Amino acid sequence: MLWQYVPIAIMLVLSMGLAALIVALGHLVGPSRPTHRKMIPYESGMVPIGPGMRRQPIRFYRIAMLFLLFDIEVVFLLPWAVVSRKLGLFGFIEALIFIAILLVGYLYAWKGGALEWE
Amino acid sequence: MVPTSFYIFLAALLFTIGAVAVLVRRNTLIIYMAVELMLNSANLAFVAFARQFGDISGQLFVFFVITIAAAEVAVGLALIVTIFHTKHSVDIDAMHELKG
Amino acid sequence: MTVPVTWQDVAALLPEFFLVVWASALLLLDVFWIREKRTTAWLSALGFVVALVLAVGQMGRAPLLAFRGMVIADAFSVFLVALFALSGLVGILLAQDYLARNGIERGEFYVLLMFSVVGMMLMARVADLVMIFLALELFSLPLYVMTGFARPRADSEEAALKYFLLGAFASGFMAFGIALVYGATSTTSLPHMVDVIQAGEADLALLTAGAALVLTGLGFKIATVPFHMWTPDVYHGAPSPVSGFMAATAKMAGFAALLRLFVLVFPVVADLTPVLWALAALSMVLGNVAAIAQRNIKRLLAYSSIAHAGYMLSAAVAFADPHLGPQAVAAILFYLVAYVLATFGAWGVVILLERRIGQEGLLLEDYAGLSRQYPGLAAAMAVFMLSFIGVPPTLGFFGKFYLFRVVLDAGFVGLALIGVLTSLVSAYYYLRVVMLMYMKPGEPIVRREPRVQATVLAAAALTLFLGLTAASSLYAWATEAILRFG
Repeated sequence: MLWQYVPIAIMLVLSMGLAALIVALGHLVGPSRPTHRKMIPYESGMVPIGPGMRRQPIRFYRIAMLFLLFDIEVVFLLPWAVVSRKLGLFGFIEALIFIAILLVGYLYAWKGGALEWE
Repeated sequence: MVPTSFYIFLAALLFTIGAVAVLVRRNTLIIYMAVELMLNSANLAFVAFARQFGDISGQLFVFFVITIAAAEVAVGLALIVTIFHTKHSVDIDAMHELKG
Repeated sequence: MTVPVTWQDVAALLPEFFLVVWASALLLLDVFWIREKRTTAWLSALGFVVALVLAVGQMGRAPLLAFRGMVIADAFSVFLVALFALSGLVGILLAQDYLARNGIERGEFYVLLMFSVVGMMLMARVADLVMIFLALELFSLPLYVMTGFARPRADSEEAALKYFLLGAFASGFMAFGIALVYGATSTTSLPHMVDVIQAGEADLALLTAGAALVLTGLGFKIATVPFHMWTPDVYHGAPSPVSGFMAATAKMAGFAALLRLFVLVFPVVADLTPVLWALAALSMVLGNVAAIAQRNIKRLLAYSSIAHAGYMLSAAVAFADPHLGPQAVAAILFYLVAYVLATFGAWGVVILLERRIGQEGLLLEDYAGLSRQYPGLAAAMAVFMLSFIGVPPTLGFFGKFYLFRVVLDAGFVGLALIGVLTSLVSAYYYLRVVMLMYMKPGEPIVRREPRVQATVLAAAALTLFLGLTAASSLYAWATEAILRFG
């Protein structure tokens, strides 16, 4: 039943093995002479500023949330768009109602100041 | 074709991992991620069954779970952010206001 | 090709449609035009009155599957929808003064409450697995936010986070359980599912596993042991009107879906009967025993609500018996009415005595001497406590009577015995409140808030009056609220 997947499994094993082999060879064969300059994060020599795990301002989160909420609507609008001709006027009105509900949320977010950057 | 039971087994495994993680992890963000894993294991099971039955309603359900998960994330992260403002921690062990 | 939505479909969901439109309009009105938050409160209360009228107008109609079998308007759902509309109204009456005096009144509160009530109404209407999940989330998400409404108070925020995390955990169980049920029956439509199961085409092992997971998810919402651990903390930390609203309505919504699923669709999974038996027994014992040790009235009422979930669940244990199913539904509906009345009333008293949010006036000792200065309020609280215990002639007595009768008819003598014994145990902590109010001297400070006071007195009057005169006719009414699909 699963025999047709055997080539994929072999491929998977081979590619992982090859990757492991190359990394291991590099470690074993290549010379390792670490200096301070070589150990900093950017190989180009750019000096990193501040820690990498610093906190992001909260407004990024707010925008991301709004994006997520209004992005999800596409999940429902896309199937509608595919068959919108077949659904005719009825489907169009349904979609309008759907968008109107989202619009209420958008107007609320707008008036509530969620879209202000500062 | 991969039999449906394989998918269901994987879904059950993911669900168990999620449920156990909810119970053992202390960081609320990680706990919430584990809940998402549980929801997505349900999605996987739905899609697998829908394919087996040749029935669209199972796939439809997944849309709704995704939407609900997004709404839940919005509420949940807002709560976590508010509590971080007050307590400067999102650890479950820092929650000790309510005892009785 | 799709069948367009007909007016019949819209008519089946009229109260819900009206509330959604009203709440959306109110959300915009509130941010754009309304200056006084009190206006929003009264407008949403008006919305609930209209929804109540619309729900009452649906009574007596033939059952109707609507929106291509997604929802159903049967006598059971109409009964509960009317009850939810009324509960929404009471929720606003209890909340408005409290929010205003504590400086946390925002128009969004009322809109959230309305959306939550719509979700609960849909819980009573479900005819498809998709709707169960959507309705559950629609009523839960606003409740999470309302629980945290007293921010930046740490206890309220913490309660909201706990409620949210455990609620989301529960919906994970629900989703996976629903997936398994779908896998076992190859349909999400509940009426179809009944056909598939009766034709013997369902995978019983998978169905049992799915039903058990769904039971777990709903068990969190109705707060039965062992899924109850969030309840005391959340009811304690949330603003008191929100706790009262949750205690009354979230339980109703959970039971609505649980009864429809188990009595109508899942009788075939009789293997779960011992599980339900154990959940009911554990809830009754643990809820009542833990309540004894409480000094905070909010926590006491929280544990008491766990115990009452156990009582109601004990009648649902008979779900697999086709003859007792309808009787169990009627008994649970009757008990819900009694429980909701007493719960709203008792939380109303808590609101009146709570001096500042989350502080002072919440301990049992603060109720000492209440009968001297406020005899009416003390009498009302005593009525609620007696109804919780199940002392005649309050409504709670008849509730327990009908419940235990179903349990005995089903042959679960042990369970009925546990119910009666734990009721005796519960008398200890309920009567302690009465004793404090009437026997101990004290100087309780009570808010003068006519709307809350009126609600409390009305709930007490109904508990007593319905118990004295109309218990059997109310039960007959509940018996007619039968669950069906078409």
